Amino acid sequence: MMKLTDTIAAVATGMNQGGIGVIRVSGEQAISIVDSIFVPKKAGKEIRNMDSYTAAYGNIVRDGHGTHASNDSKPEIIDEVIVLVMKAPSTYTKEDVVEIDCHGGMQVMKEILHLVIQKGARLAEPGEFTKRAFLNGRIDLSQAESVMDLISAKNELAAKSAVSQLRGDLKLKIQSMREKLIHNIAYIESALDDPEHYDLDGFGDELDHLLDEVCEEMNHLLRSAENGKMMKEGIQTVILGKPNAGKSSVLNVMMGRERAIVTDIAGTTRDTLEESISIEGIPLNIVDTAGIRETSDVVEKIGVDKSLEAMEDADLILYIVDSSVALDENDYQIMDKIKERNVIILQNKSDLKNVVTKEEITSHLEKPVIDISAKEQTGFEEFYALLNDMFFAGSLNYNDEIYITNLRHKNALEEALASVCMVKQSIADGMPEDFYSIDLMAAYERLGFIIGESVEDDLVDTIFREFCMGK
Amino acid sequence: MMNKIEETYDAIVVGAGHAGCEAALALARMGQETIIFTVSMDSVAMMPCNPNVGGSSKGHLVREIDALGGEMGKNIDKTYIQSKMLNRSKGPAVHSLRAQADKSEYTRQMRMTMENTEHLTLRQAEVAEILVEDVKDATFFKAEEDSVHVFKGDCKKKVCGIRTKSGATYYAKTVVLCTGVYLNARCIYGDVVNHTGPNGLSAATFLSDSLVNSGIPIRRFKTGTPARIDKRSIDFSKMEEQKGDEDIVPFSFTNRAEDIEREQISCWLTYTNEETHDIIRSNIDRSPLFSGAIEGTGPRYCPSIEDKVMKFADKNRHQVFVEPEGEFTNEMYIGGMSSSLPEDVQYAMYRSVPGLENARIVRNAYAIEYDCISALLLKPSLEFKDVEGLYSAGQMNGSSGYEEAAAQGLMAGINAARKLQGKEEVVLDRSQGYIGVLIDDLVTKETREPYRMMTSRAEYRLLLRQDNADLRLTDIGHEIGLIDEERYAAFCHKREIIDAEVARLSETMVGANKTIQSFLEENGSTTLKTAASLADLVKRPELSYEMIAPIDEERPDISDEKFVKDIINQINIELKYDGYIKRQRSQVEHFVKLEKKRIPADLDYNDVHNLRKEARQKLNEIRPENIGQASRISGVSPADISVLLIYLNAK
Repeated sequence: MMKLTDTIAAVATGMNQGGIGVIRVSGEQAISIVDSIFVPKKAGKEIRNMDSYTAAYGNIVRDGHGTHASNDSKPEIIDEVIVLVMKAPSTYTKEDVVEIDCHGGMQVMKEILHLVIQKGARLAEPGEFTKRAFLNGRIDLSQAESVMDLISAKNELAAKSAVSQLRGDLKLKIQSMREKLIHNIAYIESALDDPEHYDLDGFGDELDHLLDEVCEEMNHLLRSAENGKMMKEGIQTVILGKPNAGKSSVLNVMMGRERAIVTDIAGTTRDTLEESISIEGIPLNIVDTAGIRETSDVVEKIGVDKSLEAMEDADLILYIVDSSVALDENDYQIMDKIKERNVIILQNKSDLKNVVTKEEITSHLEKPVIDISAKEQTGFEEFYALLNDMFFAGSLNYNDEIYITNLRHKNALEEALASVCMVKQSIADGMPEDFYSIDLMAAYERLGFIIGESVEDDLVDTIFREFCMGK
Repeated sequence: MMNKIEETYDAIVVGAGHAGCEAALALARMGQETIIFTVSMDSVAMMPCNPNVGGSSKGHLVREIDALGGEMGKNIDKTYIQSKMLNRSKGPAVHSLRAQADKSEYTRQMRMTMENTEHLTLRQAEVAEILVEDVKDATFFKAEEDSVHVFKGDCKKKVCGIRTKSGATYYAKTVVLCTGVYLNARCIYGDVVNHTGPNGLSAATFLSDSLVNSGIPIRRFKTGTPARIDKRSIDFSKMEEQKGDEDIVPFSFTNRAEDIEREQISCWLTYTNEETHDIIRSNIDRSPLFSGAIEGTGPRYCPSIEDKVMKFADKNRHQVFVEPEGEFTNEMYIGGMSSSLPEDVQYAMYRSVPGLENARIVRNAYAIEYDCISALLLKPSLEFKDVEGLYSAGQMNGSSGYEEAAAQGLMAGINAARKLQGKEEVVLDRSQGYIGVLIDDLVTKETREPYRMMTSRAEYRLLLRQDNADLRLTDIGHEIGLIDEERYAAFCHKREIIDAEVARLSETMVGANKTIQSFLEENGSTTLKTAASLADLVKRPELSYEMIAPIDEERPDISDEKFVKDIINQINIELKYDGYIKRQRSQVEHFVKLEKKRIPADLDYNDVHNLRKEARQKLNEIRPENIGQASRISGVSPADISVLLIYLNAK
């Protein structure tokens, strides 16, 4: 359910640049949550004692002060930070706001954000700080319109990336867990609705076994989430071009140069292949696509459509032009489609006789062009340098939604796991079966969130499909 | 020369089934001059299908109806012949009361109550036409995008009365439609088609056209009922006896068990077998459902026996409940075997069931098809969005079941009366009762089959228990004038005792002293390490409020309280499930916030540019009353809701 007044948190700056960033927490519990993970360098500078619009310097720690007092283990320091406290109502959202300036890099920021969430905040939806600002009375008609634009656009993007960037095998695992859960919920509910047809004798023990398996699976997934393996993080990059422009050869060269293959994932169709590689320390998530051209062949058409779809999601497009073949209608169409995007044009086959000039291309598409030869492996240094420049100048961004999404997924998994544990507790406490289904349903819902599926009428449908009900 | 009858009332109720009776009684009791029409005076509150009231989640509805001042609970308490609390071994949220009714007695008692209610007139006649007039100042326009018709202003039409088949005209500012399954009804088995309602009662054949002419689209649903068999032809020695509970719980909060105790009549359990299934399978081509002769959509939760056999082929038997139709009849209802197979197949299949070998059928099983409306046309008050003063309740709205019908009838009647009184409508939300869940589902979600209440549809079911329906709803019943002062005073007294005891037990601490420890040991409970409250002790599964009496020194004497059993039960539940209940209460807090954000009735969603197309279309169609309802419409995403919130704030 949507909540309007709980405490939300997010990384307020992009996650890509150098690792300095701000985590913003807003809501009634903002101060107490950050207070519980922050140890000031100077005693007395505890956040709860700070005045509005003052800052404190200290450490973010796990298992911070006050907790585990009897325990000798020292709290683990995660990062040195500056914390800025702003109290309601004179803040952006008109709620209590705490900002944590951190500089420990992307990984550390993710960890701090995660900690804030564990302490009771919720990950902000895209555009939610701004939304709160408006809902809490900072209304301006002209601004309202742009906030709505922002929310609908960002949500669309987030929804898209949440599902499309989830690794395929993980999706299957989550689906299979959900099926187990909903089947058991449906069984309980059938027995409750029709106690004369279905009975629940010994059901608790069976369910307990099944939940052990589910827990194990969830813990396994959580470990992958912690290793950042749930999502394909990196710059979503698509290689585009006509058939035989040399797209795969370019990819092969980049693969040969890359420092570490993170994962290799077979694409969903035989026509697209995805690779996660790192060039000069910049993580790229590369999709090699089928060549784009007008075609009447049905199978090839599917490949072309896939390529166009991948292009829509991309942060960066590598457009490969075969310089030994004259530009044709297919090239012009591709160029039209990518005018507004981040593009690097790679003019391939410089080893052969050039029939296409740089000017010819740039007159249609004003983007940087680099001469390369995949065969001779030349021109790549220049290409990588350009990539580096674009990245550090900030014109080429990560889709930072992905980091957030990964965290969101991890969070959802943790909540699902907690719900399953509550069911196990209810079984152990000898609670009646109808109590199980409440928490089972919560777990089902949270898992559905990860794969982008809502609940709607799943339960009622499953009851009727799998169990024979009624008079 | 035409001399037609003309009369004027405050309110008209069309149909005297379970919805109609509640609607008419509520209206009359709230002081409105009311007339109720029925095709037959002998069919008031008739039970054309199963001979029972209540059951899982339906029992909750009846308790809620009673708490609001409705009649169903009282009527079944007067006429039950067996009573059972289902799911007693499960949690209190799913305990569900079900009583077998003496059908003819149920009808007789309800009719007597109606006949003796002030301001209420009963009239046998077929209503043929709904009279509707245009509201002059209403404007409506066609939205450019999506070509959705949007009405601006409240309504473009309002109801002004009805006309009967004989031409008599009755004027009223409010009309409640409770037509059940009678609109263009067809009863079908095999190739026999009767254009009648249940039990050969005449169908209503004009009203559907009148509704269509008023701009209300009609759709077609289907349901069915099993055969009735002569008791004398049944061999009960081959069946398992199903007795009622010894300690019964009444439906009405005004009754105690001892007030309504009586000798109970048993039901019987037997099973179908492979032979039954073979008979069905080899004749399936003769079923009007499979041949396509029946077009209406049937419910999945109440499948015919042929449906069960075909869909669940791996089950080698299905339960059959043989239930008496009353104390003074030999007819037995064959629960679990509804069918629309031809007569000869029905004989063969029933006679293949142990105990029914020599069965003589009194009434054939049949399927029934009928016209109904999509409840998306209604506001949560059950008033038509586009026809002021016209309400609709019961099976007509696409629900099924006596209890679902009665609940809607009561709410429609209450709201029609409130409209006449110039007062705000009464809408229960999903956290207040199953009635709220039922109506919200009906008016918000598209139902493609007759809708039945289920406990799994209620997200806050730990709070919506059948045992606390009075605590949840009596205040409202009193406020609207359906609960009299005497009953209300008794209720408040009961509530005070419960609250005081719960508070006292939570505050009373006991130490780990010798008396306490030995008490705990004697009762198989672990001893205390530190001090604990008495409430903490009640929470333990092996202990209860009654059991800890010896160590509860300050306990007041409540043994003389009229409803002492209910009081103790309530204290136990509130304390034992405290943790779960608190969790649900905090969920409800969030829920209520969205429910309170109202959306203006004349909002044109085409002006909200950032909504996705699907969401805009659905919102324009359903026109939800508040943000909470909007968020439950399928196809409306959280982002759409954010956009909507900002739009409303900016306006």
